Amino acid sequence: MEQKELRDLEAKCTQEHYPACTAACPVHVDVRGFMAAINKENFKAAYEILQKKLPFPGIIARICDRPCEAVCKRSEAGDALAIGDLERFCVQNYSPSRQKIKILPKKNKQVAVVGGGLSGLTAAYDLAQKGYDIVVFEAKNYLGGRIWTYCAPALTKKIAAGEFAVLEKLGVKLKLSTCVGRDILLPDLQRQFDAVYLGMGTKSLSNADLQSDPAVFSTRWEGVFAGGSMIVDEAGYSPVLSVSLGRRAAVSIDRYLQGVSLTASRKNEGPYRTRLYTSTRGVKPLARVQKADAEGYSKEEAVAEAGRCLQCQCLECVKACTYLAEFGSYPKRYVREIYNNESIVMGMHHANKMINSCNLCGLCEAVCPNGFNMGEVCQQARSSMVQRGKMPPSAFDFPLRDMMFNNSEKFALNRHQPGTDASTFVFFPGCQLSASHSRQVMQVYSYLQEKLTGGVGIMLRCCGVPAEWAGEERLFQSALEEIQTKWREMGQPQLILACPTCYKIFKTHLPEIKILFLWEVFRQKGVPETARRNKIKKLALHDPCSTRWEKHIHESVRSVIKQLGYEVEELPYNKEKTRCCGYGGLMYSSNPELCSEVIERRINESTADYLTYCAMCRDFFASRGKRALHLLDLIYGEYLDVLAERKGPGYSQRHENRVHLKYKLLDEFWGEKMKPISDYESIKLYIDDSVQDILEQRFILKEDIQKTIAWAEKTGRKFINPDNGRFLACHKLASVTYWVEYAFKGDGIEVYNAYSHRMELG
Amino acid sequence: MGYMPDRTKNPWRCFKCDCDLQPGRVNVSYLGSSFPVELLKCPQCGLVLITEDLARGKMVEVERTLEDK
Repeated sequence: MEQKELRDLEAKCTQEHYPACTAACPVHVDVRGFMAAINKENFKAAYEILQKKLPFPGIIARICDRPCEAVCKRSEAGDALAIGDLERFCVQNYSPSRQKIKILPKKNKQVAVVGGGLSGLTAAYDLAQKGYDIVVFEAKNYLGGRIWTYCAPALTKKIAAGEFAVLEKLGVKLKLSTCVGRDILLPDLQRQFDAVYLGMGTKSLSNADLQSDPAVFSTRWEGVFAGGSMIVDEAGYSPVLSVSLGRRAAVSIDRYLQGVSLTASRKNEGPYRTRLYTSTRGVKPLARVQKADAEGYSKEEAVAEAGRCLQCQCLECVKACTYLAEFGSYPKRYVREIYNNESIVMGMHHANKMINSCNLCGLCEAVCPNGFNMGEVCQQARSSMVQRGKMPPSAFDFPLRDMMFNNSEKFALNRHQPGTDASTFVFFPGCQLSASHSRQVMQVYSYLQEKLTGGVGIMLRCCGVPAEWAGEERLFQSALEEIQTKWREMGQPQLILACPTCYKIFKTHLPEIKILFLWEVFRQKGVPETARRNKIKKLALHDPCSTRWEKHIHESVRSVIKQLGYEVEELPYNKEKTRCCGYGGLMYSSNPELCSEVIERRINESTADYLTYCAMCRDFFASRGKRALHLLDLIYGEYLDVLAERKGPGYSQRHENRVHLKYKLLDEFWGEKMKPISDYESIKLYIDDSVQDILEQRFILKEDIQKTIAWAEKTGRKFINPDNGRFLACHKLASVTYWVEYAFKGDGIEVYNAYSHRMELG
Repeated sequence: MGYMPDRTKNPWRCFKCDCDLQPGRVNVSYLGSSFPVELLKCPQCGLVLITEDLARGKMVEVERTLEDK
């Protein structure tokens, strides 16, 4: 990943942006943190949050004009928070015994601040802390400027004096009753001081001379900066904006005196509109907590009012996706972790697991206000890991070997319709439907031959998606090329796809091949007469995630369901916002525990039986005990209750079913017998259900066991347990060593246990 | 790596050589890293025993660590 790409991706995720209130505040008070602290009755922490951004919290909190409240998201569900009242509550009820003041080492530079209002005093406060010597010139004989003409009954002279006392501690010199322009002239200040800040409330100096840069407040005079309310609209006096102007001018003066750029990295210094997205959907409206005493909130009232704060954040994707929530953060951080993971030369790649766990389903993109797609980032990162030789071999080894099997002679097949030598169409059922619904694949093939003219051939193989998901680009490309070759050999027919993932792969990567989704054919040609109608009352439809952006598929499927006489419930997350069943991205292989959670979350969205049109979705739901049906079950199934409750075939059974499908097809449609099976396949195994479950969890196939036993029996290299007569044998197949504990039983072999490892001996 | 199963609890004997297993030094390797460990093996033919506990415990742990290196 290039750095520019990283930045563009990071910019899409707004989770770290300020909430609306903080962005609208000219000095960016952390209102969210403040509310949380008040709600927890931690008034010290709340006060410190104010103090962090406000130079004189006791004054500002009492007179603030509260631009934050106008943008408070709470107003979409009730009233805006009483932020001003709560700040006032805080400074009235908690004041620190001694204010901590930090002053940087003296810089031996003098700054004149003209005007003792909020902007001037803020500039003085900030610059004094940075180590500058400050003299404040104020025309009146008191400080505060316009705060005294602003209607603020809560602010007394005593409170103001207490707050301004901090300036004395900072060593700020005050020259009251000194009017610049009358008692002392600006050119004199320029001569005597290294910089001058003009923060007067009235336009006592000529306007033309005081035109200042709106971003950095410099004027046409060297070292003279102008801010304060004289540069803003007279009528629109805002105390907190004055503070912000003084603060920003102080930043400029500091930069000017240090000789660094006045303009670099100064975005969003004043009030602005945040990009943070916060949904208020489903938030219960709450009215503002009323004050019993007009003077201010009581403690209980304040805590309750602060409790109405929504603690605005985005997290739309994290809320929707179990995977994104699992790793405890959000895409902006994740993408940086992935970037860093790629840059590591020596040391641990801590983000590997996170990268390899994503379902790559694209739900994040569908719910993100800016369309951030974490799946694309993970997909790219996986490819990069493979290219750099850094992909953990255990992550996707099993599904990749499964894919090899599906593209081997055991399953792969290309035939024209029996009795023909050309195909207008070719049925491509896909490897998983063939594994779990092999009988229905035969039935669909008959249906298609009956309904379509011009010859309907068949192509059995895998579309290559496991290689794509695993980041194995070369393997994926060669799988696609193989499909292209076979397709050309068959005369470039239109492909009828039954699996939504195959559909997505063909559409995205093989655009020259004309494709049709099986359910579009059913929609047009009608469901078979034999289809049984309405045998199950409550069905909720699950759209497979690979159909996310395929509106026509959603429509076709719903139309067929209607033809069959069913009404289905729509799940809360469906169509373009559908959730992955857990199979996507090969999570079942790279992170089986998380995969179980993903399945659980999906199956708990409704109590109805699930109906879907992807074999893996159905089998994954069924694996956790959810009653689920494939749409083909509604068409060809007889005992729907039995079908809904059946567990999908295990990994070994899937292999066997595919082989059997090929065998049956060849036998029934072409009258051919398949070649005899290999030696090891003739070993008959007896495997208890509990042992079978273990084998599934450990991704150990029957054929791995058969090969291991065949090898042990051929070489005699095995262990024996004299107590029970059982054998223990091991055999290395590709990169995995399998161990099998077994004993002879009648005409076959009973298997008691099996395990594997990747480490090699010797 | 302390991989050795308790010899007194080990039920396995080498079938081919018909003898008890004995501890011995064996090199294990993965993804280019290699290190010696003590494991039970047949003193005659050298067939090495990896128990289920070892394969699914310590070995997986080391495999995962090496994979993320």
